Amino acid sequence: MKKNPGMNGKAWIRRNKTGYLFLMPFLVLFTVFTIVPVAVSMGTSFTNYNMIQAPSFVWFDNYQYLILDDDVFLKALQNTMLFALVTGPIGYFASFFMAWIITLVKKGKGFFSLAFYAPSLTSGVAMSTIWLIIFSGDRYGYLNNLLLKAGLITEPILWTSDSNYVLKVVMLISVWMSMGTGFLVFLAGFQNIDPALYEAARVDGIKSRFQELRYITWPLMKPQLLFGAINSIVGSFAVFDVATAVAGMPSPNYSAHTIVAHLYDYAFTRYNMGYASSVAMILFLITFVMGRVCMRLFKSEE
Amino acid sequence: MKAIILRRKKIKFGQILLILLLGALVCFTGLPLVAMVCRALMSTEELYIYPPRIICHNPTMQNFSDLLTSLNASVVPFTRYVFNSIFTTVVTVVLSILVCSLGAYGLTKHKPAGADAIFAVVLAALMFSTHVTQIPNYLVVNKLGLVNSYLALIIPKIAVAYNFFLVKQFCEQLPDSILEAARIDGCSELGIFWKIAMPLLKPAWSTLAVFSFVNNWNDYFSPLIFIRSDALKTLPLALQTLAGGAGVVARAGTVGAATLITTLPAIIVFAIFRGKVMETMTYSGIKS
Repeated sequence: MKKNPGMNGKAWIRRNKTGYLFLMPFLVLFTVFTIVPVAVSMGTSFTNYNMIQAPSFVWFDNYQYLILDDDVFLKALQNTMLFALVTGPIGYFASFFMAWIITLVKKGKGFFSLAFYAPSLTSGVAMSTIWLIIFSGDRYGYLNNLLLKAGLITEPILWTSDSNYVLKVVMLISVWMSMGTGFLVFLAGFQNIDPALYEAARVDGIKSRFQELRYITWPLMKPQLLFGAINSIVGSFAVFDVATAVAGMPSPNYSAHTIVAHLYDYAFTRYNMGYASSVAMILFLITFVMGRVCMRLFKSEE
Repeated sequence: MKAIILRRKKIKFGQILLILLLGALVCFTGLPLVAMVCRALMSTEELYIYPPRIICHNPTMQNFSDLLTSLNASVVPFTRYVFNSIFTTVVTVVLSILVCSLGAYGLTKHKPAGADAIFAVVLAALMFSTHVTQIPNYLVVNKLGLVNSYLALIIPKIAVAYNFFLVKQFCEQLPDSILEAARIDGCSELGIFWKIAMPLLKPAWSTLAVFSFVNNWNDYFSPLIFIRSDALKTLPLALQTLAGGAGVVARAGTVGAATLITTLPAIIVFAIFRGKVMETMTYSGIKS
């Protein structure tokens, strides 16, 4: 719309009024509970604030301590990174693969999509009551029982209290839960592709299903792949529920301690809001940068 | 002729491989869920039998009645947790549908000045995990005096970037001509939104409803932070208290029943709305 020199304030208001009125409730709540909090978090991260005394400005002290001296945070960072780099891609590709398989099935699409998606509908905390039995450290645990019977181990393994195994168990559970994250998006993406394109490609010399995937499906599904990737990154870096429910808080030797667990510990058990905010800012930076990288990676050519 | 037979054999082999693969995947995703359902139906003797059973042989509803009677005698009855979860989830979902649909519709169909900038911010917000905003949210909710109330679980979760995004993508598909026709007929702007746009946007907001329901129903972090008194706890938090946390194997039967009650609603809600969800997800891609 061209800027109209004759358009005064009243005309501007008339043109935009309805739109803003519609947007108002969302914008107010979104600003108060999403935009302002990110700004406040940033500000608080440079202070020492315990919710009783007024915050005092400490410059980069929180960050300095966090990165140089807080061994538990470094452990949490390491765990979260490892966790995200393993479960994120596995969950992502598993969802893609399952969505692809479903397009090949002739009967029972509804059943399979529900079966694949159901785990991501469950609550990590609720399911942990089952996981604790599956991974129970005695002979009654399903997994130990199975391995003992198969003769693979001679005595039960303490899956959830031995620090060598805890993080792996949490990862396995998270993969189980996150296989559905991108699933629906990908499934929709597959259904959206015109079958005639595959016919045409076959004439042009594309032979295998994998070539189809590489040269037709992949480029056409970039927008869906991006959306799925962003959800998967945000989800895998925010790991907390499952880790605490299965491994406890604090976990043995901090072996399943995560960034969000560290944040929770400082913010809501010690009420050291300044320090906790600097933890939040680091989490924010990581997910934001990873999200940006994905946006580059999946750039759609118009 | 020989080539055709070979080809047919190849297809059969492919199909068998496919079925095996599907079976393995369904076992992996389904077995823990089967175990969950069965443990809720097992009697105490069966729960502690050795070797442990996944499938129950003598299903009983004893655990459910135990859950209702024994815990009803305690200070906070289990039904209260169920009510808390249903109430906060349903109110959040309904408000989120209204607020996000209104906003997304206003943004796409009225395009006020700065609409593109607003959408860019919402898109960026998809990359924030809610934990980042949780501390300042706590400070705000605390200032408003809402800590330890239902409102603390509802208000911060109405205007969610993800929900706004879903409806907005779908809104793009609405033909302007229908809206224009209603405008000529003298329908008010709000009337057009409510009577014309909302019915057409049904797939979008039913999807929003499903996701929002699942997320809020399963949310553990918000009640963990905002809720102090037992009477206001939602199911995931109450279940955690009931189970006693990691390493405790007390009250296995009632915990099994409570787990099933906590898990099932989200799956049922999804199963009912599956078709609508698929229709909306088709528009969910991000073009960067």
